[in-house]
Amino acid sequence: MQIKVLRSKTNTHQSYTLPAGEIPLLNALMYIKETQDATLTFSAGCRASVCGTCAVRVNGREELACAYKVKPGDVIEPLQYHPILRDLKVDKDKAKETLQKGVTWLQSFQEASLTHEDEKRTEKQTDCILCDSCYSACPVFAVNPDFLGPFALTRAYRYSEDKRESNAKSIIDGVQSNGVWDCTLCGECTAVCPKGIDPKMDITMLRSASIKFGHSDPSFATQSFGTPDFGGGGFGFDPNAGF
Amino acid sequence: MVDVLVIGSGGAGLSAALAAKEAGASVLVIGKMYPTNSQTSMAQGGMNAALGNVNEDHVSLHIQDTVKSAHGLCDEDMVRQMCADAPQTVEWLERIGVPFSRLDNDKKGIGTVAQRQMGGASAKRACYAQDYTGLKILHTLYDTCLKEGIAFLDEHYLLNLIVPDDTIKGATFLDIRSGEIKQIDAKSVVIATGGYGSIYHGFTTNMYGATGDGVAAVLRAGGAVSDMEFIQFHPTALKHSCILISESARGEGGYLVNEAGERFVDELKPRDEVARAIFSQMKEGQRVFLDVRHLGEEKLMELLPQEMALCKMHEHVDPASDLIPIKPVAHYSMGGIDVDYALEVNGIKGCFAAGECSNAKVHGANRLGGNSLLEITTFGRFAGENAFKHAVYASSKPVDGTQRLKDEAEIKTLFAQEDSESFYTYREILGELFYEKVGIVRENGQLNEALEEVIAMQVAQKKMGISDKSRTNNQNLVEFLEFRNTLLLAPAIISAAIARDESRGAHFKVGFETENEAFRKHIVLQWKRETQ
Ligand SMILES: Cc1cc2nc3c(=O)[nH]c(=O)nc-3n(C[C@H](O)[C@H](O)[C@H](O)COP(=O)(O)OP(=O)(O)OC[C@H]3O[C@@H](n4cnc5c(N)ncnc54)[C@H](O)[C@@H]3O)c2cc1C
Ligand code: SF4
Ligand code: SF4
Ligand code: FES
Repeated sequence: MQIKVLRSKTNTHQSYTLPAGEIPLLNALMYIKETQDATLTFSAGCRASVCGTCAVRVNGREELACAYKVKPGDVIEPLQYHPILRDLKVDKDKAKETLQKGVTWLQSFQEASLTHEDEKRTEKQTDCILCDSCYSACPVFAVNPDFLGPFALTRAYRYSEDKRESNAKSIIDGVQSNGVWDCTLCGECTAVCPKGIDPKMDITMLRSASIKFGHSDPSFATQSFGTPDFGGGGFGFDPNAGF
Repeated sequence: MVDVLVIGSGGAGLSAALAAKEAGASVLVIGKMYPTNSQTSMAQGGMNAALGNVNEDHVSLHIQDTVKSAHGLCDEDMVRQMCADAPQTVEWLERIGVPFSRLDNDKKGIGTVAQRQMGGASAKRACYAQDYTGLKILHTLYDTCLKEGIAFLDEHYLLNLIVPDDTIKGATFLDIRSGEIKQIDAKSVVIATGGYGSIYHGFTTNMYGATGDGVAAVLRAGGAVSDMEFIQFHPTALKHSCILISESARGEGGYLVNEAGERFVDELKPRDEVARAIFSQMKEGQRVFLDVRHLGEEKLMELLPQEMALCKMHEHVDPASDLIPIKPVAHYSMGGIDVDYALEVNGIKGCFAAGECSNAKVHGANRLGGNSLLEITTFGRFAGENAFKHAVYASSKPVDGTQRLKDEAEIKTLFAQEDSESFYTYREILGELFYEKVGIVRENGQLNEALEEVIAMQVAQKKMGISDKSRTNNQNLVEFLEFRNTLLLAPAIISAAIARDESRGAHFKVGFETENEAFRKHIVLQWKRETQ
């Protein structure tokens, strides 16, 4: 079986031959590195879908290499909107920046009585492994590199919903600019998340919370109501979205 | 010059960094990957603390269980400290927002944290977050580090510690992205680089990079290591991929059965006993399975969502309706950098070690499930505090660049080295050799053979090199350096295993099947420091 991998040095797709049979993509890449081409560069860690290291694009869709089973003819490329360091290895420094800008942590602790149901409310969101797949799939980054992005917003939502948080407002305040209103609610992030997280829904929830805390949709505010202007009010604003 | 340099950004490193920062130190955390990529993310089952939220429990019982499992090789004072600190550590994790699983008991705070049973525990003691306990602790620690403005340098690979006159002055690193060799000066250092389970390449639950880099660096720098022979085998890894199925599967009532469908061991015994029972079934030609079908799909999805998915993905079985094929594989290194009561490395002043890389003498001959997440958070913090205290009085006179120049020259030599033999092949051979001959059941003849083979490999190492000659982002080089570290630790592990003519905990030797009072001691190894 053959697969193609985008090599950064030549910016071309290089073909590699693999033995037939079902194998995870990560094992295939390891096999190539160990037996055919030690210069092929990619990142890997746990091989169990939990460390978030190995996300790549397969045939244009984000996948964890350790979870994806190789098929003949697959085309493997690095994540989008990340500087490519070499081959499939990208620079994920931006993650730290967006998390910092999104103030995605517990601001101010208060003791709370938590129940099993409370645990469930943000259980999915805390499954995030920071693999950056959603960031790579999000079309907003093509036009706005300063967008906080899906995982940072999911994380902001997770802390804002925690009963132990006594200052949810400061989290909500922090996600107003380049945040919740810049999302087009296209759902690409949700479609690719390997952990079944739904950042789009989290962003919608953050929007409702924003309104409760007195914020409003900036593009909405500048719009004249009679003549909806879909293009003018910020990137890809969809007036029907989310509510 | 930073006050406290933390090397390794897993659970232990991040806990150390937060504590040092809280104490007032300037802190820099360096890791070879991003913090959230660390192996801590893989911990599934839980973290021990005698909260008694589900059934009656006491710190004294936790101490008792830990000491019993350690088979006479732990330091009871250290165990006491760790277990007594556990409830406070859970309280601390609660305050920074760790999303623990909860009980419906109308209590407040950590009184609502759910607890489950793990092997060798006399109560439901492990606090958990579904089966993502490590992931959720690690990410919350990371978020808190960002909150506290802690400085990180990612993708920097520790090469060597700088230790003139027995005192730490900093360390050298390969900046993986640029290929540069950098020296970082520090008043104190905390090593938190994780374990060396990946020496069993292909036969381990560990991640690729768990190659004991920090342990090897300490040996090279003249510090001591101890109890290296004690490697824990986890009874239930998926047969083909070695991916772990958490002990909580058995804690929640899962059975171990052979091909005939017979149970052959009490599943709640400590790991060493269960692993050996499985191993002897396998020796008789039996395949062994984990059976959780009777727990029902709903409960399984609730308690073990991660494992359910991994079984389907990697083994093509649905645990709700099928048996899960398993085998025991290398999981945890009990031994490591030898530290004293303050977690200061024996032989290197101002250098502390915490987490799986260190041997704080709390696990002894066999670690209890759930005690590692506890160790990395409690002792991680303790190491950070102590590192700060040392930094207060440490001299801030920087060292010269001798070590950096030496490392630069060595890397240059590596690039030029002949590479007629692939170290990847040897990495595989070494993993298999260790599983076969330094494994669950050991024997002196085989251990000696293994030692000879390892020495032959060390000789052959001169013919192994890197075929990727790029300066930047050279993962081939990083993997070679990691392999060299495992090859450096290999003889330490084997010689200690040869010296220990007895069976104790995870170390079981044919011909010496019982514990021998004369060996109720730590085997400490230290190299003579090179004349500088
Ligand atoms: C699959 C699995 C399941 C587990 N489940 C449990 C459980 O349920 N309960 C429990 O208590 N324990 C469990 N454990 C054990 C526990 O997870 C580990 O012992 C613990 O997480 C180790 O933490 P650490 O911080 O010491 O090291 P790690 O998390 O391994 O972190 C090491 C850090 O050091 C860095 N590093 C390594 N080498 C270098 C170098 N040369 N230069 C720079 N940086 C370097 C790494 O990048 C990483 O950041 C489990 C382990 C595994 C593998
Ligand atoms: S829903 Fe929003 S965050 Fe998600 S991919 Fe679309 S624009 Fe990006
Ligand atoms: S939300 Fe999903 S896709 Fe995005 S980083 Fe987290 S785990 Fe990855
Ligand atoms: S290697 Fe860890 S998520 Fe794929």
